[in-house]
Amino acid sequence: MVAFKTTSAKVFKLKDNKSTLPYLLLLPGLLWLVLFFIVPIFSLGQMSTKVAGADTGEFVQGYRFANYIDAFSASKEQFFRSFLYGILATLIALAIAYPLAYAIAFKSGKWKNVLLVLVVAPFFVSFLLRTIAWKQILGEEGPVVGVLRGLHLISPQTSITSSAFAVVTGLAYNFLPFMTLPLYASLERIDPRTLEAAGDLYANGITTFRKITLPLSMPGVVAGTLLTFIPAAGDYINATILGSPTSKMLGNVIEARFFKIVDYPTAAALSFTLMAAILILVTFYIRRAGTEELV
Amino acid sequence: MKSISKWLSNNLIRIYAFFAFTYLFIPVAYTFVFSFNDSRKTNLIWRGFTLDKWKNPCGAPDVCSALGNSFIIGLTATAISTVLGTLIAYALGRYEFKGRSSTNLLIFLPMATPEIVLGASLLTMFVNVGFNTSMTTAIIAHVMFCISFVVVTVKARVASLDPKLEQAAMDLYANEWQTFRRVTLPLLAPGIAAAALLAFSLSFDDFIITNFTAGTVNTFPRFVYVSAGRGIPAQANVIGSAMFFLALIIVISSQIISARRKVKI
Repeated sequence: MVAFKTTSAKVFKLKDNKSTLPYLLLLPGLLWLVLFFIVPIFSLGQMSTKVAGADTGEFVQGYRFANYIDAFSASKEQFFRSFLYGILATLIALAIAYPLAYAIAFKSGKWKNVLLVLVVAPFFVSFLLRTIAWKQILGEEGPVVGVLRGLHLISPQTSITSSAFAVVTGLAYNFLPFMTLPLYASLERIDPRTLEAAGDLYANGITTFRKITLPLSMPGVVAGTLLTFIPAAGDYINATILGSPTSKMLGNVIEARFFKIVDYPTAAALSFTLMAAILILVTFYIRRAGTEELV
Repeated sequence: MKSISKWLSNNLIRIYAFFAFTYLFIPVAYTFVFSFNDSRKTNLIWRGFTLDKWKNPCGAPDVCSALGNSFIIGLTATAISTVLGTLIAYALGRYEFKGRSSTNLLIFLPMATPEIVLGASLLTMFVNVGFNTSMTTAIIAHVMFCISFVVVTVKARVASLDPKLEQAAMDLYANEWQTFRRVTLPLLAPGIAAAALLAFSLSFDDFIITNFTAGTVNTFPRFVYVSAGRGIPAQANVIGSAMFFLALIIVISSQIISARRKVKI
């Protein structure tokens, strides 16, 4: 899945060092990742089969794998919603980011670097502040609803926030740079002469795009969609701020199980299921999209 | 008429990009404008222009202590993760060794795991071993999720370095450490700086993992989230806007410096 293709190895030979130096360089960082990523995932797995003990907040190992079935059947609605919203938000982000990245890569001239900074700049404002700003702009006191109602485009009862629509567009907005930057990186690498060559061979704009630009930008599309989908599917902030009780996602359930109900085993089982489902989906997707250069 | 449609089709993508940028900046503009609002407790309706909130950004209760905590966590996590991540990136970029693909997998997995799973698993482990969540556990968690991003950023820079420069230093009898210290590190500096900036902004803006691992320590995103229920004070907008301009200044000046450097070489 993450097979490392050393393109650099063709240019020069990596130091083929039998010494322990590379391992010494790796040791502290990898140790940190093992202790605070791998070990916690195992703790999560252990917790997911525990049963409630004598006191609240105390859990004993019972190897109760039925926890998974119980947890899933209790919140399968939110589970599927997480994936649906994640996929929709990814598609919207792709539709916004692809032309944007294309314009920056091919049409911006000397403004390229300025525009790249502008793509990232909004994300220096805390994402919670921006999400709350959307809530207020689209909310009852905000300007958008008033104008749309005045024009009779929406009925006086309809509101834009507290809806699935607001959650999905909020997700698409929040993860947009994760989509734009990989797309830009792969588009920018395309030699403009290949596009000119296509034109010389009487390909029109659409054919050139379909046969040359799009296939060459596929690594960016794959990386961008993954970097958008994964955090979007696991998010619960947008659903909390912009959504309604009927647009809750799996993240909301996990958070509530941890902090409000103090039901760690169910929360752990749900987290584990979410991670496994995402990993399976991602592996399948990478296989289909046929690119292995991700890291 | 024909020339208008031709102009449109030629510039369609630019017009699209313009609207995309407008969309990107609407919430930023809103946050900035409402930092000047003469608001009372909530900051929902425009009540008139004032500079009071900018003159007294700590005027709202808890906002500056939360900001301070965010800075402590962010700077510590950035320092640790940048060092650890750079060492890994250098090893991956310059040495052939056994276990390379498992190392790459270990770097990739935290980025492919939703934040809520990272937060939930860390909390579970801390509970299991009886560790109270605090500022320390938050820093541990932030270093963990920043390392991978540092590795990816710095590795790209290592890959673009011409190894002949290092070989030349070795030919001139510099040992491995001297070569690294005097040649490699200065050449990697822009990549490392970009990685540190990325790590800090990820850490500073993180809510989900912090919510699981920071115990009762208040951070700026937590402050905003908690006050969202009863109305966010305009001081939060002031701090959000100030951070925006600060980051913009850092990014633009670093671009100018690197452009000047290129001209010199």
